[in-house]
Amino acid sequence: MTDAAFSADRMFVLAVVCMAMFTYALRAGGYWVMGRLPITPRVRRGLESLPGAIIVSTVLPIVLQGGLAVGLCLVVATAVQVRMRKEYIAVFAAAAAAAGLRAAGL
Amino acid sequence: MPEKDVTLSLKGCVRGAMMCVPVFPGIIALGAVFGTVAAQKGLTFLETLLMNSLVFAGASQFVAMEVYGDPLTWGTLVAMVGVTGAVNMRMLLIGASLRPWLGRVPAYQSYPALYLLTDLNWLLALSEYGKGERDWGIYLGSGLIVWSVWSLAVIPGYFAGSLIADPKAFGLDVVLPAFFAALLVPLWKGKRQTVSWLAAGVVATLTWYLVGGYWSIFTGALAGAFAGAYLDD
Repeated sequence: MTDAAFSADRMFVLAVVCMAMFTYALRAGGYWVMGRLPITPRVRRGLESLPGAIIVSTVLPIVLQGGLAVGLCLVVATAVQVRMRKEYIAVFAAAAAAAGLRAAGL
Repeated sequence: MPEKDVTLSLKGCVRGAMMCVPVFPGIIALGAVFGTVAAQKGLTFLETLLMNSLVFAGASQFVAMEVYGDPLTWGTLVAMVGVTGAVNMRMLLIGASLRPWLGRVPAYQSYPALYLLTDLNWLLALSEYGKGERDWGIYLGSGLIVWSVWSLAVIPGYFAGSLIADPKAFGLDVVLPAFFAALLVPLWKGKRQTVSWLAAGVVATLTWYLVGGYWSIFTGALAGAFAGAYLDD
């Protein structure tokens, strides 16, 4: 494309605005609904279980897609975290393990 | 135990922002790669900035760029919005789980702040809430810093696509999942978590194999929440 850097296609801007609005509706929607539901002990337990369940469901497909190397790196991160309870060390160890594994051709 | 009041302070914001520092390399790499993808797809610089900063949801932006084609037709526009929604469906659940935390903040503050909701600041805010923190600056500060870093990271990527030719060689692609895995550790309390996480893992894996895409986050999370809700002590 030969357009100037600071030009924008009107259709594209419309698409971006729609995407942003839809995403905001999702960001605020769940929160809004929960403010209108009675929080019974069961709902509370469900809400408390959500964070862990979301993390597991987010990370597992990444491992399935990334293969052995990614899986090993996450084992490293978890092991470091269990012992040291310092997120930044866990992240650094995992990235270093990934770089090492890839350099080794895995 | 009496509930402490939820407060907001600059100190809390700064602390929230500092907690994001270990993930900066991952955010910067991902943002830069988005800039490169956008440049290759023929977006102008302004279009790239608009999309990156307004939508502010990494994975969905990449998927939308897969769908994008120039010139942009109505059909493509609807498809882009549709895939964005599908990828970001998990935001419904993430937002829902913030209710006990932000529900005590006035609506004129909490609703604008929800614009900054990402997996990262949500997770940080929740794990701090679990430790007894009641300063929601943790959420706000981490959201603002992530938005700022993400908005800037796209610029070098757009102009120098080959800057980080292979993020994988530096292990940058595992930074975010490793951070998530690390934050999972303190969430484990006992049997309820074991059962809930197993349910989430099984359903997410099945969904991933059968349907693919990002649906597994949604189905797995729901399965885990139901398992946790219906497991009586």
